[in-house]
Amino acid sequence: MADDLDMLRADIEAAMAGAEDLRALDAVRVAALGKSGQVTALLKGLGALPPEERKARGAEVNVLKGEIERALEQRRVMLEAFALDARLAAERMDVSLPPRPFAPTGPEAGSIHPISRTMEELIALFGAMGFAVAEGPDIEGDWHNFSALNIPEHHPARQDHDTFYLTAPEGGRRPVLRTHTSPVQIRTMLTQEPPIRVIVPGRTWRADHDATHSPMFHQVEGLVIGRDIHMGHLKGTLIDFLRAFFGIADLPVRFRSSYFPFTEPSMEVDIGWSRKTGELGSGGDWLEILGSGMVHPKVLANCGLDPRVWQGFAFGMGIERITMLKHGIPDLRPFYEADCRWLRHYATSPLSPFTLHDAS
Amino acid sequence: MKFTLSWLRDHLDTDASLETILATLNTIGLEVEGVEDRAAALAPFRIAQVVEAEQHPNADRLRALKVDAGDGKLLSVVCGAPNARAGMKGVLGLPGAFVPGSGITLKVGEIRGVKSEGMMCSTRELGLGDDHEGIIDLPEDAPVGMPYAEWAGLGDPVIEISVTPNRGDALAVRGVARDLAAAGLGTLKPWNPEPAAVAYPTPLEWVIEDPRACIQVLGRAVRGVANGPSPKWLQDRLAAIGLRPINALVDVTNFFTFDLGRPLHVFDVAKVKGKTLTMRLGREGDEYQALNGKTYRPTSEDIVIADEAGVESLAAIVGGESTGCDETTREVFIECALFDPVRIARTGRRHQVHSDARARNERGLDPAAQRAMLEAATRMIIELCGGEASSISEAGAEPAWQRDATLRFERIAGLGGSSIGPDQAVASLEKLGFTVKARDAASVTVAVPSWRNDIASSRSAYRAGGSDLTQEPGLDPTRAQAAAAGTDEVEAECDLLEEVLRLEGLDAIPAVSLPAEGRLPLPSLTPRQSRTALARRVLASRGLAEAVTFGFTAHAIASYFGAVPEALRVENPIAADLDQMRPTPVATLLQAAGRNAARGYPDVSLFEIGASYVAPTPEGQLATAAGVRLGRTPRHWDAPQRTFDAMDAKGDALAVLLALGVSPAALTVTMDAPAHYHPGRSGVLRSGPKLPLARFGELHPRVLSALGIDGPAIAFEVLLDSIPEPKRKKKSAPDLPSFQPVRRDLAFLVDRDVQADALLRAARNAERNLLAEVSLFDRYAGDKLPEGKVSLALEVVLQPRERTLTDAEIEAAIAKIVAAVAKATGATLRG
Repeated sequence: MADDLDMLRADIEAAMAGAEDLRALDAVRVAALGKSGQVTALLKGLGALPPEERKARGAEVNVLKGEIERALEQRRVMLEAFALDARLAAERMDVSLPPRPFAPTGPEAGSIHPISRTMEELIALFGAMGFAVAEGPDIEGDWHNFSALNIPEHHPARQDHDTFYLTAPEGGRRPVLRTHTSPVQIRTMLTQEPPIRVIVPGRTWRADHDATHSPMFHQVEGLVIGRDIHMGHLKGTLIDFLRAFFGIADLPVRFRSSYFPFTEPSMEVDIGWSRKTGELGSGGDWLEILGSGMVHPKVLANCGLDPRVWQGFAFGMGIERITMLKHGIPDLRPFYEADCRWLRHYATSPLSPFTLHDAS
Repeated sequence: MKFTLSWLRDHLDTDASLETILATLNTIGLEVEGVEDRAAALAPFRIAQVVEAEQHPNADRLRALKVDAGDGKLLSVVCGAPNARAGMKGVLGLPGAFVPGSGITLKVGEIRGVKSEGMMCSTRELGLGDDHEGIIDLPEDAPVGMPYAEWAGLGDPVIEISVTPNRGDALAVRGVARDLAAAGLGTLKPWNPEPAAVAYPTPLEWVIEDPRACIQVLGRAVRGVANGPSPKWLQDRLAAIGLRPINALVDVTNFFTFDLGRPLHVFDVAKVKGKTLTMRLGREGDEYQALNGKTYRPTSEDIVIADEAGVESLAAIVGGESTGCDETTREVFIECALFDPVRIARTGRRHQVHSDARARNERGLDPAAQRAMLEAATRMIIELCGGEASSISEAGAEPAWQRDATLRFERIAGLGGSSIGPDQAVASLEKLGFTVKARDAASVTVAVPSWRNDIASSRSAYRAGGSDLTQEPGLDPTRAQAAAAGTDEVEAECDLLEEVLRLEGLDAIPAVSLPAEGRLPLPSLTPRQSRTALARRVLASRGLAEAVTFGFTAHAIASYFGAVPEALRVENPIAADLDQMRPTPVATLLQAAGRNAARGYPDVSLFEIGASYVAPTPEGQLATAAGVRLGRTPRHWDAPQRTFDAMDAKGDALAVLLALGVSPAALTVTMDAPAHYHPGRSGVLRSGPKLPLARFGELHPRVLSALGIDGPAIAFEVLLDSIPEPKRKKKSAPDLPSFQPVRRDLAFLVDRDVQADALLRAARNAERNLLAEVSLFDRYAGDKLPEGKVSLALEVVLQPRERTLTDAEIEAAIAKIVAAVAKATGATLRG
């Protein structure tokens, strides 16, 4: 590049570096690239050059112009950041001061989400039957989520679970976002000696997103292990729960033989309702509501429990599903939208904790 | 799995009604997904004859027909079909009929001046297929006036059941019939195909190059076949369950897939290169064009069938184009093979092929029926296409599938809770095809039928439906061994028990309420768990609405709220903006608040109790009570509206901490909140000097502008897992002194940068014996003060215990406090 251009560039760069604020920087821009700026003048002067020089010189000046524009932009972003940081520093307040003795909004504005409400109800109802709450992580290993539950890698049942995977660590297996709360069965049996009675309300994840599926949703798992727990207990527990939860003393409950890799025998459970009106308890139609079964001997053995000694049942159901049925909520998606109008409509007051004596 | 009622009756001799059949299917675990009665939908469509077909006077492409619908009068019908002609028979829809394929209801009309009193329909218009080239052209013997559905055999209800992954045998009409017969709904018809006469040696030989590729394969040719459209009954059956009829040979293989659950494949012998068909694993460079129009490149884990020219088929999953059968086929070679179900499942998943053949092969076929299946297929091909059969080529051997299983009768009640007696249990098993090997008062040992791969599957050499124990490696070895030792026996027993129970129906098991373990249940929540519920109530009662938001969000947005390690990236996100586990619920709550603002609700307070994800481990999932407030406080005549500020956020966080038992005296505030907060208006609440319990403050303007939110907005995050569990010890006796406390207000002048907290702490530590309380009640900054100074006013409460304090004692205590505050903070007492 010609010497005069190098010098010009050095001058402009120095001016830019000296510009301490946005106004000063703009002055530099006008002086270089404005109507009567130095670079602009060079461009205007090209016409006067002999044609054979014009092309090379023109290219050089345009390169310079581009460089200056980029440098100005960089400096502008930097100065804006400085200005913001300076503003924020000036806005500094003493956050060690005690906060106001009252909340900025009152309990009438606050609310409990319907999913939490249902979880509280589940805990109260199953708690009365002697169940404790167990928990586990959302991010699980393949073993906890599948293999330990007797779902080997090639199993057709794995296709029913649209699993989310996280990036695999170097040389390791990729973790999964748990597709059900069942891995907590495994965690419980590994850490707790039977007899066991737990429920596991929690978040679950499946790669499915439409009107009736959400990629994140909630399930409640139940696990009962003892020496003489049988299918009659499974039926009794679920019938007792469903009738109490829906507040219908004679709610029809139907059990159908089914299959899950982690239970044997397995069953699906339907409740009576009317497909036409959506009303529960009568109407002659059946609605599938949960899956259950006797814990598979391999699942017990995978956790170190001798299936000749220990037996029990497990079940799982969708929390959103039973919430929608109980309260007549027609659509799944708003559960996760946090639309305050929807929350106001379906949520419950913070001042009404659930007790067993509630008329639900 | 779909089938028609008449198809079921091919295998099941029953007079049970459709309703009884459906109810029984549900009871025994073959859940009914739906029943379709196509005849009902097509009832108003009748067979009619075109008597006259003339050019429409006013339209080139239309014809004016006179149609006889069988009731003696001629109807005028305008028709645009190219094949409409006098004398033909077709299907007429009369006014009022709903046309399922086009969704319209017919009425009498006039088309360009000619009256139209009905519609001659195409296959597509009736919803029976894709053909829309012209109207349906029926054979001459079709009876005019008869309902078309009746004549076409559509009065056969189509039943769809959902078959669970363990029941490969029920992916066959015959398998369904067998279950229904065992449940008492009639008798299973015998099936015992006669071997075909062998007319010539097989033109192709099987070679299993790698034992991993194939367990057993049989094949034979039929020469002299004429391969045209298959007969109407077969086409109707396939169409009824949604399969497109192709040609007789291909239709036979599809029929076998559904009728007997036996996928077969047919090769056109003339197109096969060489004299052998080889079962082997895939190799580098293998590639073939499949019948579904796609090209596949098998890997070294896939099973392929190859001739001299290369790969012809991805075994048991999808056949190849180059050797497929068409109208020109004169000699066909039938393949009947048994593969490793696990390998088939993996291949199917690897190449993402969902075929009827794969579904059956990966669930397991009947390993003992190979020869019978081949003979049955041979006979059906000869019946439909003519020709004569070759000898059979065979490679590999039938796997050792034979196994026994034992049921102790005590378990029927002990595990099943059922009162079914031994005789009924044994009878049920026998009806399902189990044969009794031994029986005594306590138990029965049965041989498992070859088609029930789901029963005692780990004892079968054909590993369909099997799974291995995968015990937790950290288990105590003795314990692990004991657990493993009993599994096989118990599993087989559970399998038998399930059969016995499901045939009777699970509704027959009496429900028993769970017996109480003690007189009253133990608490269902640990103290740690019940804190979540408490935090929820505290925040909701402070006017925040609880929200539940997704645990993942867009990577770019997440990065504003903390570290976004690759290890927390979703590998297969369902949407591009749900690809990163959130570093904090604030990330998703703030977006939700922004959405509310965009809807016209700019003042919004939300909270969520959910996870912050910092590492893909159980410890890396932090239970967090987080909240966001956007906009302003409510308008009120007595309380001026203002924007939410950092003190509101601190108040929310502090309320949770105090409710969860954190002692206020132990808390300190540092100004090093994460980068999503305003650096000068945020803080971290710590227990002692180090352990962070919560952070709060205004959100950083840069974050708000990145999310398109008009600020300011505030947020807080309480790290629930970090809060120590309150110690459950008895409270000490209350301190209730009988002397009145002494209150003094002290105003200090101090540098603006000094934290109020520093004054409070200095005061508290100065006089531990007398000082009961110290609190800040006023802060003033303004032009009446020297530049850079603020006034902070403290109230101190002195509590005498033994006697009333003298003025001198009070003054001494106050002086001590003032001196300590001055020393610690440089503050001076204002006059």
